[in-house]
Amino acid sequence: MSKIHVSTTVNGDPVEFLADPRETLLDALRNQLDLTGTKEGCGTGDCGACSVTVDGTLVCSCLMLAAEANGKRVETIEGMAREELHPLQRKFIEHAALQCGYCTPGILVAAKALLERNPDPTDTEVRYWLAGNLCRCTGYDKIIRAVQDAAAEMRQDHRGAA
Amino acid sequence: MRYHTPTSFADAAAIAAKATGTLRFLAGGTDVLVQMRAGMVQPDDLIDLKHIPGVDQIVQTPDGGWKIGIAVPGIVLGGHEGLVRDWPGVVEGMNLVGSTQVQGRATLAGNLCNGSPAADSVPGLIAAGAVVTVTGPNGSREMPVEAVPAGPGKTNLAKGEVISSITLPPRGNNGGDCYLRFIPRTEMDIAVVGCAVSLRLDGDKVAEARVALGAVAPTVILSEAAAQAIIGTVLDDAALAALAKAAEGAAKPISDKRGTKEFRIEVAGVLARRAARIACDRAKGMGK
Repeated sequence: MSKIHVSTTVNGDPVEFLADPRETLLDALRNQLDLTGTKEGCGTGDCGACSVTVDGTLVCSCLMLAAEANGKRVETIEGMAREELHPLQRKFIEHAALQCGYCTPGILVAAKALLERNPDPTDTEVRYWLAGNLCRCTGYDKIIRAVQDAAAEMRQDHRGAA
Repeated sequence: MRYHTPTSFADAAAIAAKATGTLRFLAGGTDVLVQMRAGMVQPDDLIDLKHIPGVDQIVQTPDGGWKIGIAVPGIVLGGHEGLVRDWPGVVEGMNLVGSTQVQGRATLAGNLCNGSPAADSVPGLIAAGAVVTVTGPNGSREMPVEAVPAGPGKTNLAKGEVISSITLPPRGNNGGDCYLRFIPRTEMDIAVVGCAVSLRLDGDKVAEARVALGAVAPTVILSEAAAQAIIGTVLDDAALAALAKAAEGAAKPISDKRGTKEFRIEVAGVLARRAARIACDRAKGMGK
């Protein structure tokens, strides 16, 4: 089986690797690039644990072939904290919006994508946006509160910077 | 598995026509990758259509309709002002498919070719009178969307044929459409019944109508009887009752884990009535 040469950027870094034609982006991130923050939950696009953005669009990395990422810009949970934790990460800790933590990277990536599109969402908008991210521990309320608190802080910072 | 990235539909059709084993086309991949993982489908040839110029574009046609590329994902349809203004029913159907993540990839063409009788985007396309262009080894042809599904998981496309675009007709004046589905929760589920209505008013009267039902037959169906029940009426209670009865009559569902036959028949009537009202409000410029 001939491998496919994939050239992409992940969290701003150019990367190249050889992918099996059947290999998902999720498997390539975890097994080839050692970026194991992105989790596999269901592997069928139902749980959102493998959420990443590709050219700015939120997707399940299990529903995409690694070969399809050629020439694209991929962002994963590893790219979220810069010098310090992202406000969403900090607020998830403050609000105890995680217990086992397995779903958390996907939810953080998804929530970040939401706030980039809509900095001031309603609770309902947050719940619908995150409907594809399953969490079996928290019951979701703390997650919604953490996202809203982070959103409020980010709006404040934005105003402060302007 | 051979992964192909043709740069024209003619090339894609030529690869498909020559393929001797299991073949799949790849647009958004939200069904194909799941089937591959589950072992239901092990393609020998996978043809990724996203390298073909124009597949990610939505273009207005000279007559005022919309030509939608086969790789345009739901999230782009939902963010397209012109399409949302002209065909809100088509867009809301597609936007009900899966999660935000799935919306980032899933396409109208994929939802149609996956062949599910419960496909949420298909009733809206059929009610709208959408047409697909199909490219095969011997050139292109057009098919109304309702002619594409052949049964659960099956289409009427011949070997080597691939959908190369979807075209919505011009909306024109005084028109409105709507898609509603019933699921037992609010999000992330498969339609128990779906119904789309598209209509045009002439004054207060319904001048044209098309009614499509999902998840109540082996394919999404277009009901001429349901359309006739409201054409020429002012969509009063009598007309809506006749529409519900016609929709119930057109529904030929099975009983399964998502709903019984009797329940689905009743819900088909209820949704037809509600969707017609919303489509009418939109035609009058009152709906959102």
